[in-house]
Amino acid sequence: MSGTAEPRKTALLDKHVAAGARIVDFFGWLMPMYYRGIVAEHDRVRETAGVFDVSHMGQLVLSGPDALEAVERVTTNRAASLTEGRVQYSIMCYEDGGIVDDVLVYRLPERFMLVVNASNCDKDFEWIRSNISGNVTLEDHSFDTQLVAIQGPDAQAVLSEIVDVELASIGYYRSAPVEILGRETLISRTGYTGEDGFEIYCAHEQAGDVWDALLSAGARWQVEPIGLGARDTLRLEMGYHLYGQDIDETRTPVEAGLSWVVKTGKGDFIGRDAILARMEDDARERLVGFELTARGIPRPGQRILASGRDVGVVTSGTHSPSLKRGIGLGYVGNAAGASLEIEIRGKTVPAKVVGTPFYDGGSARRKKT
Amino acid sequence: MSEQDLRFTETHEWLRVEGREVTVGLTDYAQGELGDIVFVELPEVGRTISPGDVLTTVESVKSVSEIYAPVSGEITAANDALDSDPGLVNTDAQGEGWIFRIKLADGEDLSRFMSADDYATHTKG
Repeated sequence: MSGTAEPRKTALLDKHVAAGARIVDFFGWLMPMYYRGIVAEHDRVRETAGVFDVSHMGQLVLSGPDALEAVERVTTNRAASLTEGRVQYSIMCYEDGGIVDDVLVYRLPERFMLVVNASNCDKDFEWIRSNISGNVTLEDHSFDTQLVAIQGPDAQAVLSEIVDVELASIGYYRSAPVEILGRETLISRTGYTGEDGFEIYCAHEQAGDVWDALLSAGARWQVEPIGLGARDTLRLEMGYHLYGQDIDETRTPVEAGLSWVVKTGKGDFIGRDAILARMEDDARERLVGFELTARGIPRPGQRILASGRDVGVVTSGTHSPSLKRGIGLGYVGNAAGASLEIEIRGKTVPAKVVGTPFYDGGSARRKKT
Repeated sequence: MSEQDLRFTETHEWLRVEGREVTVGLTDYAQGELGDIVFVELPEVGRTISPGDVLTTVESVKSVSEIYAPVSGEITAANDALDSDPGLVNTDAQGEGWIFRIKLADGEDLSRFMSADDYATHTKG
């Protein structure tokens, strides 16, 4: 809800300002873009660990006897396969297969928690509310719930300093209630960086203490706060989608390369018929990863060419701090081959299609088994 | 040479005038606004330029800034060091991070550009 509305603030805004962060309006939220610099912060997360304020993310909670059925109806992945404590990446679609949002689904005792993009939270709430029935309660916990992430190869070592549980017992995409500084939080081994790490859901009034404790415990790993700028370069090096750029209501999971989270065999769900039809459509575009083979930085909105012919558009692009070259995601027609050009301010720069993740040194991959 | 010897444009270039040769770069204020600079496209040496021509772009991780020709003339040099170390624009914007040099066309007048003090006022507005 950007625009005329008063900007929203996380519980940690004052700390970001005090730390000298460059504050930006991110879809109506006042958020830190960077503190020390995007590249330095990016490298910190790849090398040791960094902490992120991602409290702008929304938390929608469904409970009641029909909660599972409701989640199955509005999301494409198979929520029934989640045992308590497990977390799942999923998608919500409109009837025409267009993407409402991409979400994390947490199965918790007696309830499901959907973690949604900040820019979509109000829209998602209304969409879910208008599409569920039976004995189910939907609540928006976004304001009360703050979210702090610690990400990086040393994330577990840092978090271990302030909790009393054996973190190694919490597997990838698993969650557990954990006490921090005498109060219960929910933590999960999840993230958006490709590194090992945890996301910590805590109460509004507790967020400042959790933040300070992580930075203080992490001092010997040079742990520092990381802004949204590095969050974006970290996620793009992994080829992770960003809603509003790489996916939106005009794209279905099929061309976005997200069919793996669509379980068409699970029974009916919103968008199923349209997605099945799209899977049969050979003319569809597809989202590809590409890297520039000459100097330059691709940016969203730039045209993608093949042999001089317009074949698509860049949806995300940046300079990769880890790979030190221009990388991006974009939609191309199905006839486009591996050799592309990106039109950057009137010049064409050669590029080639590459698999994602672009960066394959992330510590999260070693935790998946 | 101190900042007091430089001239500044409204589009955040600095100019250092030595005879008929002018060295141009991005101001320290502008590099701070851009953040980590990771790519500087250098202009072609020998190109004839007119005020307002887009000569180069300076890209940070998040954004792009264009560098305009402040005066008429000809590009006589480009700072090749920026190819391998574009971060020089961050660390020494008004020194080692210079971007190109221009040989002034005859009759060019530099009095329209701002002094360091005027530029400081301009960027506070």
